[in-house]
Amino acid sequence: MKAPRFAYARPASIAEALALLQKHGDDARVLAGGQSLVPMMNFRVAAPKVLVDINRIGSLTGIKVTKSFVRIGALARHVEVERSADVAKHLPLVAAAMPHVAHPAIRNRGTFGGSCALGDPAAELPACTLALGATFVVAGKKGERRIAAQDFFKGLYATALKPGELLVAAEFPLPKPGYASAFGELARRHGDYAMVGVAAHGLRKVGKFSDMRVAFFGVGDRPQRASGFERALEGQSAVDGALAKLDADLEPRADLHASAAMKLHLAKVLADRVLGGLAA
Amino acid sequence: MNAPLETVEIEVTVNGERMKRSVPARVNLADFLRNELELTGTHLGCEHGVCGACTVRVDGEIVRSCLMFAAQADGCKVDTVEGLSDSREIEELQSAFVLTNALQCGFCTPGVLMAAQALLRDETNPTRERIREYLSGNYCRCTGYQAIVDAIEAVAKARAGR
Amino acid sequence: MSEFDETARTLLFDAPNSYVGRSVTRPNARRLTQGRGQYVDDIVLPRMLNVAYVRSPHAHAKIVKIGTKKAAAMPGVMRIVTGAEIAMVCKPYVGVLTHLQGMRSPPQYTLAVDVARWQGEPVVAVVAQSRAEAEDAVEMVEIVYEELPAALDAERALDPSEPKIHPEFDSNLCFQRTVDTGGVDAAMSSAHLVVEDTIRFGRHTGVTMEPRAIVADYNPAEESMTVYHCGQSPHMMQGIIASRLSLDEHRVRIVVRDVGGSFGIKIHTYGDEIAACALSLMLGRPVKFAADRYESFLSDIHARDHRVKARLAVDRDGNMTALEIDDLTGVGPYSMFPRSSGVECNQILNLTGGPYKHKEYRAKGTVVFQNKNMMCQYRAVGHPIAVAVAEHMVDQAAAKLRIDPAEMRRRNLIPDDAYPCKSPSGMRFEALSHQRCLEKLLALMKYDELRGEQAELRKKGVYRGIGLSSFIEVTNPSPMFYGVGGARIAAQDGCTIKLDASGAIVAATGVTEQGQGTETIMAQIAATALGVEMSCVKVLTGDTDKVPYGGGTWASRAAGIGGEAVLQAGLALKHNILEAGAVILKTNASDLDIADGKVVRKGTEQGITLAELARICYYRGNELPVDFQPELVVTRHYRVKDYAFVFSNGAQGCSLEVDPDTGFVKLLKMWCVDDCGRVINPKLVEEQARGGIVQGIGGALYEHCLYDERGQLLNATMADYLVPMAAEMPDIECAHVETPTKTSMLGAKGAGEAGTGGAPAAIMNAVNDALRPLGAKVTSQPITPEMVLRALGKVN
Repeated sequence: MKAPRFAYARPASIAEALALLQKHGDDARVLAGGQSLVPMMNFRVAAPKVLVDINRIGSLTGIKVTKSFVRIGALARHVEVERSADVAKHLPLVAAAMPHVAHPAIRNRGTFGGSCALGDPAAELPACTLALGATFVVAGKKGERRIAAQDFFKGLYATALKPGELLVAAEFPLPKPGYASAFGELARRHGDYAMVGVAAHGLRKVGKFSDMRVAFFGVGDRPQRASGFERALEGQSAVDGALAKLDADLEPRADLHASAAMKLHLAKVLADRVLGGLAA
Repeated sequence: MNAPLETVEIEVTVNGERMKRSVPARVNLADFLRNELELTGTHLGCEHGVCGACTVRVDGEIVRSCLMFAAQADGCKVDTVEGLSDSREIEELQSAFVLTNALQCGFCTPGVLMAAQALLRDETNPTRERIREYLSGNYCRCTGYQAIVDAIEAVAKARAGR
Repeated sequence: MSEFDETARTLLFDAPNSYVGRSVTRPNARRLTQGRGQYVDDIVLPRMLNVAYVRSPHAHAKIVKIGTKKAAAMPGVMRIVTGAEIAMVCKPYVGVLTHLQGMRSPPQYTLAVDVARWQGEPVVAVVAQSRAEAEDAVEMVEIVYEELPAALDAERALDPSEPKIHPEFDSNLCFQRTVDTGGVDAAMSSAHLVVEDTIRFGRHTGVTMEPRAIVADYNPAEESMTVYHCGQSPHMMQGIIASRLSLDEHRVRIVVRDVGGSFGIKIHTYGDEIAACALSLMLGRPVKFAADRYESFLSDIHARDHRVKARLAVDRDGNMTALEIDDLTGVGPYSMFPRSSGVECNQILNLTGGPYKHKEYRAKGTVVFQNKNMMCQYRAVGHPIAVAVAEHMVDQAAAKLRIDPAEMRRRNLIPDDAYPCKSPSGMRFEALSHQRCLEKLLALMKYDELRGEQAELRKKGVYRGIGLSSFIEVTNPSPMFYGVGGARIAAQDGCTIKLDASGAIVAATGVTEQGQGTETIMAQIAATALGVEMSCVKVLTGDTDKVPYGGGTWASRAAGIGGEAVLQAGLALKHNILEAGAVILKTNASDLDIADGKVVRKGTEQGITLAELARICYYRGNELPVDFQPELVVTRHYRVKDYAFVFSNGAQGCSLEVDPDTGFVKLLKMWCVDDCGRVINPKLVEEQARGGIVQGIGGALYEHCLYDERGQLLNATMADYLVPMAAEMPDIECAHVETPTKTSMLGAKGAGEAGTGGAPAAIMNAVNDALRPLGAKVTSQPITPEMVLRALGKVN
């Protein structure tokens, strides 16, 4: 399973990277952590003629806290996010998700931006961006633009990134006071892509849910917020009354390990357990 | 800015030895180590990053060498099981592995040792459960894992006791 | 029965300097921890080429046209060869054993000729400078296929309307057999209770960490071939390669160094490997084939694809009176050469219910061809199914009669004093210890406490399950296993042992090492026989030029058969050494012994070191009497004569928890009590049990080769095919019972497969034990969360 031949470029800046992507169009792919792209190349299901290695572009790295945001650079390695005190403090949902992302050796190379740009429906981080209302910062030939996470994940391995664009960072609004997070996933083996997962963020005062954002992953062809379920939770102290809304909210897709009916069932069980434990 | 190249010049330090090489862009780090440098202690079990047999250390952190192109290792420090053996860095772990029979065929072992060393560097006295969790990125088909956990636990306890 | 002195053998093995029974560490382990293993893919020979294969994308298709022009022009490509071209230098093979009466299979070519019969079958060979260049060219080979209807459903395989895979046969039947004691119907109709069930086992595969690999080096000047391989039976391979390529067998040398796991996967004859040998012959240069993981999933043998219908008759007191099974298995489009794809089914017929006292038994086995990957022997061949079926039925009957499963087994296991005896299927048992193993297991598990805890937790809605299994295991096979059926697979084994000129011991054995510790235990046995330290003993394995003709490692034969040959050779060498010592020390050989590497007068420390004795014998023959010639190289062989197989036995237990809302099964702990006869190295036996049990866990809960309705394998990656990983595995407690066999002086039986044979049964019984109060049951493996929830009616 040897990767097919390709030409390799290692731009030193975002501008250089964009120029390469512009020049080579569909022939080029961005190489970040490589933990998803390289297996695809080894299987020869991806055969880019040009690989644009962005790993040395400093402006894509880093985790920064400003007055209103936590900004995670697209090149922030999973391990950095996992060990970041800022993330633990301000984005406990992401901190809770990190140990479930693959395994340590993968986390040492895999990147935040890579995971989001790939759009795997069973990945943890895209669901966290949905639950926390993050905004993606994207660089293109016309300059920078921002895309809300809500509008970013379009379908199976499909995002709102246009050809020639580069994901630069994700900005997470600092959580409002009193807001809490809960995360859970079911996987056959630790580190596997989730059979079903849920990332939730919101308020629970005196046991009652409010302003909940609940994102499911591993269920459909993309991470999805369950808006009917979220609305039904408003003002409730227990979860089970709202679970029926998931029938309409979610579009479960069968995969090798679970039928659509199984996915829906597990989504309900997991939602009940994870949200039941929110700020408990 | 240089045009994309099919052959890349790299300067890399492998097991403490600095070297310059010309590599086809497509060659991954595992194949570079095994074929170009004849360091065959790093093994290929799946070539898609799942089994862990190819685990090496790049700039001090464990990575899947089958998921990194040699071209990306330019300017990096790479350590393989041979280097960690010759420097005696993992001697304690190796002895523990022999004692508890934490290896049978030995194919997964270099990767497991890499992961074990990374764990013990970052955490003192991990529980058996934590060891199992950390090691879940390394497949072993022979031992059933228990002897591996025993060996790592023993070394962790010995180091914690010092 | 074999003749030997019971007292002598006890003295030998219980002596203070005996290594038998000691958990010594493996001398060859250290280098493996340093990355100094020598696996086939590590081997590079001058002018070596690499081959990659174009493989059929279809389950069943005519190969209409092969276009190689574009591929041949690719960089680095040396030669492109079709199946028809290889067939000109390489004969096809037929995987049939004549003692499996009526078995049939057509000749199979290394690469498909005219028709491809499974997705993944190799069709065209591309030989290039590097594997990467070969793969580049593989993509450019243009093949026109005409898809044919595929036979993919074993239940329908014999329907006249199903696609017939081989036009020369009247159906897709490969092999059929029935066993019948004659009284099953009567027993069933007069039974107090008959329980019935259909149990399914999912096809799965070995996933050795080192994929299959071979380097073939043909020397045209000598018409000789050296093959670097990772197989378990080098002599068998020597014969196969020689006969297929029309080479003189003694000019073919197989060299096996380190093997990255095999478990039976690397014991079979693979077209892509034999073709690599043929290519080396054609090109006059070394050719390497190293399978990648994707092609491993597509072409390593699969196993254990069975549907078994079972009925068990029980009397009022819970005694089993009759057992009936109907086993259907779909293999590949050919029966695998040379061990045949009928053995797994045959074992199931022979072994199901083996531990129990019932007298009446009827079993029908049907093996059908399918357009799926080849299927053949994989660790514990057939046992996981035979044991799971019987143990499931025993538990079902116990539940209906409200008898505790442990008590049910106590009542029905063959008593330990009933031996020798015969099973209703005709299996002869020398001496087993089912009752003793069960009691030891229950004590180890603290069974009553577990039951108490289970009851308490059920009140809180926590569903724990406790499962038991009792099993027999085929080990130490006689020629009745393969040789009798025409296969050139040795059941005998030999050891050539010598005292070399420096006084060290070198033992060459025909059994092989795949990491289980073969070399270590042979050294332990040799050192014990001779009275020397293990550090003076070197063991040679795996090179057909250097070791006596043997069978290699399979059916758990290395310790019992290989070990006995080493023991006999060692004792014979000791005899010769003492003779030489007697001459040198001018005394009688009967007054001498060897202790701590020295030939000494018994009861004293006076004598001569082996090094000194060797020096005199090898260099100073002038100091010896003219009529005395020392023979310090001895060869002995051994085969099992008294029984077809020497069975081992044991009992396993499993404690787990089922989450009734998610269907997830969490393994809490497992136990294994194994009686493998005389234990040579307890630690190695325990580690074999643990590794084997985890493979059994794989089959019971995780592993499944998933095919779609077009015969495409859907999960040919490590991410999608679920091999057990560390976080989900329990600690496994092991204990031993020793009933040495009298078929050899060593008394050792095999231990490598018992873990895998007994584990799936214990797990399935535990899951059903957990689900019983909820009125649900699973009868299929792997037991997935969805299967559990469907059984509970929570998912439709």
